[in-house]
Amino acid sequence: MDVILFLVFSAIAVACALNLVVQRHPISSAISLVGVMASLAILYLLLGGEFIAMAQMIVYAGAIMVLFVFTIMLLNAGAEKRGVKRPWAVYLGIPLLTGLLGIISFLVQGQVQGSPPVILGGFTGGAAGDVGRALFTRYVLPFEVVSVLVLIAILGAMVLARKEIE
Amino acid sequence: MNFFILTLIKTGILLFIFMTTLAYLQWIERKVLAHIQLRMGPTRVGPFGLLQPLADVIKLVTKEGMIPSHVNKVFYLLAPVIAVTLALTSISVIPFGPQVEIFGVTTYLQLTDLSMGILFLLALSTLGTYGIALAGWSSNNKYALLGGLRASAQLISYELPMALAIAAPLLLLNTLSLREMVEAQQGYYFGFIPKWTVFQVLPLQVVSFIIYMISGFAETNRIPFDLPEAENELVAGFHTEYASMKFASFFMAEYANMTTISFIAVLLFLGGWHPLWPAEYGSDYVAPLIFFFGAAILLFHGLNPARPKDKLFMPPFGIVFALVGVLFLIPALKPILIPIFWFTGKVGAILFLYIWIRGTLPRFRYDQLMNFTWKYLFPVSVVNLMLTGLVVALMS
Amino acid sequence: MPPLPVSQIPLNWYLILSATLFLIGVAGFIYRRNIITIFMCIELMLNAVNLSFVALSYQWKQVDGHIFSFFVMVVAAAEAAVGLAIILTVFKNRQTLEVDEISSLRN
Repeated sequence: MDVILFLVFSAIAVACALNLVVQRHPISSAISLVGVMASLAILYLLLGGEFIAMAQMIVYAGAIMVLFVFTIMLLNAGAEKRGVKRPWAVYLGIPLLTGLLGIISFLVQGQVQGSPPVILGGFTGGAAGDVGRALFTRYVLPFEVVSVLVLIAILGAMVLARKEIE
Repeated sequence: MNFFILTLIKTGILLFIFMTTLAYLQWIERKVLAHIQLRMGPTRVGPFGLLQPLADVIKLVTKEGMIPSHVNKVFYLLAPVIAVTLALTSISVIPFGPQVEIFGVTTYLQLTDLSMGILFLLALSTLGTYGIALAGWSSNNKYALLGGLRASAQLISYELPMALAIAAPLLLLNTLSLREMVEAQQGYYFGFIPKWTVFQVLPLQVVSFIIYMISGFAETNRIPFDLPEAENELVAGFHTEYASMKFASFFMAEYANMTTISFIAVLLFLGGWHPLWPAEYGSDYVAPLIFFFGAAILLFHGLNPARPKDKLFMPPFGIVFALVGVLFLIPALKPILIPIFWFTGKVGAILFLYIWIRGTLPRFRYDQLMNFTWKYLFPVSVVNLMLTGLVVALMS
Repeated sequence: MPPLPVSQIPLNWYLILSATLFLIGVAGFIYRRNIITIFMCIELMLNAVNLSFVALSYQWKQVDGHIFSFFVMVVAAAEAAVGLAIILTVFKNRQTLEVDEISSLRN
């Protein structure tokens, strides 16, 4: 069961990611990205990250991507122009990236020895209570700093997006 | 019994009941609205218009499902699917009653209990935005686009006070699983005031409940927050270009979302399937009494008909009501039916509130809508959450 | 049902999946010219890194990886708010989303 779930959802994730890069209209890309995020949430569940899976769905897929879709709809800008301006980038870049992927896979397989098999329920410390306890004890300083960062971001977004006052 | 077979049976029963309820919710809404406006509502199809939903379904299914030529086909077809799938999925985690034994099988009246039940429901409701936004965008129509934009802005804005209003009772209940949530609300203060979340830390949870209900109305695009489909400004808003089953999907999604909001309200604030007063004061006899009373009225009017056709229709319905009332008195069925009665009764009351408000209130203006959430609802819910947290911290 | 080629998924596969997604994101970042799509490729890369965090959290049986990815999500939310506001302003001033055409600072 774990194997099927992993294979299916990793395939969906990679397919959606490729679709994100290939599609020319931003809204198609945005929906593909939502697909990636949803399948990653399922993989998080397999890895025992219940809370983080739900946070992924609510924060990433539900809030951030809705903001993207909203902006795309608001600008109503059409599809990207056809044609590659830098053909050498394609001819050089894709083999290079594939090679890089090969090297990384090789390194991961070779260096990370004795990686445990992933079984559903193999790690159960990712429930909301555990995450919350760690967040408000050991990580309380980063948590507060991040909240200030979010406040600054809100102010910045408001300043940037407001209408000019004459 | 085999887990898969049991789940399949439960899914089948639940799906049938839920779909029928959604269809009849429409009939109830039309009847109630009509009586608020001193009309009769549907009367032609079947007795009291009871077959109207069936007629509507047949009409919508057999209608030609045409696709306008100027739409973005992929997203145009995807949007209703997203909307209706997400809306119907939420039913799978709702508990309708406690653990029961039917024909020797012990099971919960619930499809599955997630340890993150309430977060799962929140995730589904946030993802529901995509259905509406994509429908508005892909229709390639200015009214639809405006409706979609309004819907997504409104949903993002009202999600915040809603999440904060949900967080306050969660502090008291100390669980995210919907079943444990209801079990934590069991019992009575002084033997008669139920330990529902609304009645705990008294004024605070009433405030969260009200904030939750207001945001719930906005989340489901109902009057007074139905700007995404304001018919006198935007024709029909995001579903202007939709017809036949695709339109029906949006319609079904809206009603399913309404019931989900009511389910969450009942589970989180109103004690799920726990009765309003304890069984030793006779709360078990409320259900049969209501049904017998209905049966008595129907039989009386059937035997003294005001209109000639009442003689035909009312007595059979009266007998059905009486039989249902008798079911509640059978000791073997009692532990199953009484919790379901209280649960559906509370959900029905909230759904009636939805319809009542639709018949009563005018629509907000768009700037009023945004001001209302950001300047009033959001600060109030933040303060409410902080006060609740303070009380919980002081009590523990 | 035919037997599957593998009976269990080693954790390494999750890391390789993460690397694949990250590199797809890099490719999109390099090739695409629509500024919103580029932004989405960044989000894809962040997601890929999150998968690594959660996978390694499984390996060490500790919750810290989840916390890191939680912080990544929060920072991504802040970044999206500011970034999209910048994009809106750029579009208002230039009426274009192509990054190649927004080049006033090029000498």
